[in-house]
Amino acid sequence: MLADNEVVEFQLENGLKVLLKPVHSAPVASNWIWYRVGSRNESPGKTGISHWAEHMMFKGTPTFPKGNIMRLVNKNGGTLNGFTSLDYTAYFETLPADRLDLGLRIEADRMANSVFDPEEVESERTVIISEREGSENSPNFLLREELMALAFRAHPYGHQVLGWKEDLRQITHDDLWTHYKTYYGPHNAVLIVVGDIDVNAIHARIQDLFAPIPAGPPPPLVSAIEPAQTGERRVLVRQQGTAQYFQAAFHVPQASHPDNFALMMLDALLAGASPMTFGGGSTPTHRSARLYKALVETELASRAGCGYNPSIDPGLFHFYATVREGRSLDELEAALWDEIRRIQDELVSEEELLKAHKQAKAQFAYALESVTNQALWLGLMDIVDSYTRFHTFLDDLVTVSAADVQRVAQTYLVETNRTVGWFVPTENAQQEGPNMEYTAND
Amino acid sequence: MTDQTLNAPIGPHTIRRFALSNGIKLIVHENHVSPSAVVRGHLWAGAINDPPEKMGQSSFTAYTVRRGTTTRSFQEINELVESVGASVFVNGGRHLINFGGKSLAEDFDLLVDVLSDVLLNPNFPQDEVDKARGQIITSLKELENNTRGLASREFRGLLYTLDHPYGRPSDGTLESVPLIRRDDLERFYRAHYRPDGATIVVVGDIQGDVVRDTLERAIGGWQPSGDVPGFEVPETHPLTERRRYVRTMTNKTQADIVLGTVGPARAAAEYYAARLGDVIFGRLGLMGRLGETVRDQQGLAYYAHSGLEAGLGRGPWSVRAGVNPANVDQAIESILVEIARLRDEPVTDQELEDGQDYLTGNLPLQLETNEGIASTLLHMELHQLGEDYITRFPYLMRAITKEQIQAAAQKYLDPEHYALAIVGPYEEQG
Repeated sequence: MLADNEVVEFQLENGLKVLLKPVHSAPVASNWIWYRVGSRNESPGKTGISHWAEHMMFKGTPTFPKGNIMRLVNKNGGTLNGFTSLDYTAYFETLPADRLDLGLRIEADRMANSVFDPEEVESERTVIISEREGSENSPNFLLREELMALAFRAHPYGHQVLGWKEDLRQITHDDLWTHYKTYYGPHNAVLIVVGDIDVNAIHARIQDLFAPIPAGPPPPLVSAIEPAQTGERRVLVRQQGTAQYFQAAFHVPQASHPDNFALMMLDALLAGASPMTFGGGSTPTHRSARLYKALVETELASRAGCGYNPSIDPGLFHFYATVREGRSLDELEAALWDEIRRIQDELVSEEELLKAHKQAKAQFAYALESVTNQALWLGLMDIVDSYTRFHTFLDDLVTVSAADVQRVAQTYLVETNRTVGWFVPTENAQQEGPNMEYTAND
Repeated sequence: MTDQTLNAPIGPHTIRRFALSNGIKLIVHENHVSPSAVVRGHLWAGAINDPPEKMGQSSFTAYTVRRGTTTRSFQEINELVESVGASVFVNGGRHLINFGGKSLAEDFDLLVDVLSDVLLNPNFPQDEVDKARGQIITSLKELENNTRGLASREFRGLLYTLDHPYGRPSDGTLESVPLIRRDDLERFYRAHYRPDGATIVVVGDIQGDVVRDTLERAIGGWQPSGDVPGFEVPETHPLTERRRYVRTMTNKTQADIVLGTVGPARAAAEYYAARLGDVIFGRLGLMGRLGETVRDQQGLAYYAHSGLEAGLGRGPWSVRAGVNPANVDQAIESILVEIARLRDEPVTDQELEDGQDYLTGNLPLQLETNEGIASTLLHMELHQLGEDYITRFPYLMRAITKEQIQAAAQKYLDPEHYALAIVGPYEEQG
């Protein structure tokens, strides 16, 4: 008999990797499929194609015609979603445990039989462009897009997951179909089920549903290697607006690199241990962290933080802030570099490290409350490195010393390795006055 | 079709009720599957208590109570709470001050200590008030450049007018917030923060009796005014005209629109029918009928969904959509067609069943985390739904008929009389 909270791992002959984790705390189960494809696998002219393919896989199969996937999951009391990131495309269904089979059937079916109807491709083109245009309304999206494009010269991490609008206008049905056939097979996927399950029964069911799906040839490797940055890069975005925004990014190594844990600890010390929950309440712990004290408490920024998302290939350690009304980007930037110098020059105290450990312990415990969260974290970690890191996460963090933190700050958070972005509202930010109309209906 | 009888994990057999000596209602549900504890509660005050010239006062007060007490500074509070990975919040809503927090169960005493301190002993340090005001003003400035946020704000103003507390932005405006002084916050606090009628819910890896003792020590001595807040729902009137607001922002690529009417209150007889109707209209699957026509068939929008904000009073029943500027008129037309269809024809048997299945089947997911349980229990208490509500809910939903949904749509939705806000790169024709 398998103990609760242990992960059972196996692989089907067609290459599908499967992770099952029984958790019997509530009568629910979460089913996830992770494809090892994202914007990282996109070439110039085809940016945004993974995200578009993700949408198309909601457009139905002969067994689950268009609209049926979402409707059936909801009808069975479940929630679902799909999302595309740099390194992966993931779908999940979280369902009452006795309905889990529906999720498995949907994922097996759309892996093999998604239709990609040419008319649907065209109507989805408008939706995809509309999604991008909604994001373009946000100054921070525009700034981040410029920043990433500037930080990466050779590697596909330089374009957004949503893709360039020009590419979205000209990607064809055939492009999407080829992309689907290349990357969305069992040989390039991880299936994860966490929840109130009987492992043996689910194991057998997965065998039935997924084993008949043929493996494709191995997908092309991403060979681009980002050359080392040799000098600061800067971008200034000017647009009508009402606030000034700051972002900066430093190149850091891939998730499997030994410095990964020290970078996570650096992130926690600067901005609090990140909440590990998803779609639920979060427990922020940033107000006693260094960046908040240095930038928000001093009234330079109304909001400030940093982020580090481990990735398959070398990625970015990101900083962001919104300038307080009446203050300047110059002042804010200088204060941020001072704060970074402080963590490079002085060892953090043992007490501060212990605090970060305790925060991480709490965030981890909160994350375990939801089977959806657990499956999410197993998947995220397996995509960029190995799922086994989920269970050793807290122990791994404890191994990071003050000297490690100082060393990674000194190694990566340096001027020659940074890209800086400013969003400056143009002076005539006055929009046309609102037009208000009351129509009497007679 | 058979009703699935929930093997209710939460009900009279798990809920423990206590009264603190000052009358605060305490509701506890023990859940030992995770080592955390969650607190949720409310006091009876909110933006409806703000005078029109002091819009945002209640929200500003809530934002500031946790920024310093008679014995602890803002930084000390943050350090204390965050050192153990806990959190404490106080938010000013429209009718209620919502508060709460989360911690590991081993730190529950600390959580309660800090939460009660910020509720009972805030001292509104002048420098913290000034910092908070600056942050609020910056976020209000950011809102001026946020199409989605502006469309929502202007929609409310249009629907209820600024003369009505539901029409005024509860966070205040760039005109009102700079005028709110420290004394205003303290005055609001003294007048409205009191334990009369308050409820606290605790869920997690804790023992009911211990929770009661801990809270009694921390907050039981808070003196009630003896004046149980007589909550009066401000009167609302359905529109008798079309109201349209357009803000042209040429620097944007997408227009956000909000279109809607005054919906039912949570206590309305038609609430459950309206809720089911809303699910069919713009939520189920990929945003219900709206998603199917506006997004999927016509490809007009990335998102187009509906929402029912039925609370103590009559909140809006509205549709939100993000649309390419060239498609705005067509999208509005499609939305109005869908509103008319929900009124003119009964929903199909299939839609009714799908909606019922979703709302009843989804309950276990909502009750998975301690936050989910605590929010549900607080909602049940606020609206006096009874401890067996979770068991009864599927029956309530299954009893709704197609005719009731149609009647609710006819009563509350209206394709002729509505408020519509459009914000983005769109210009009014003619």
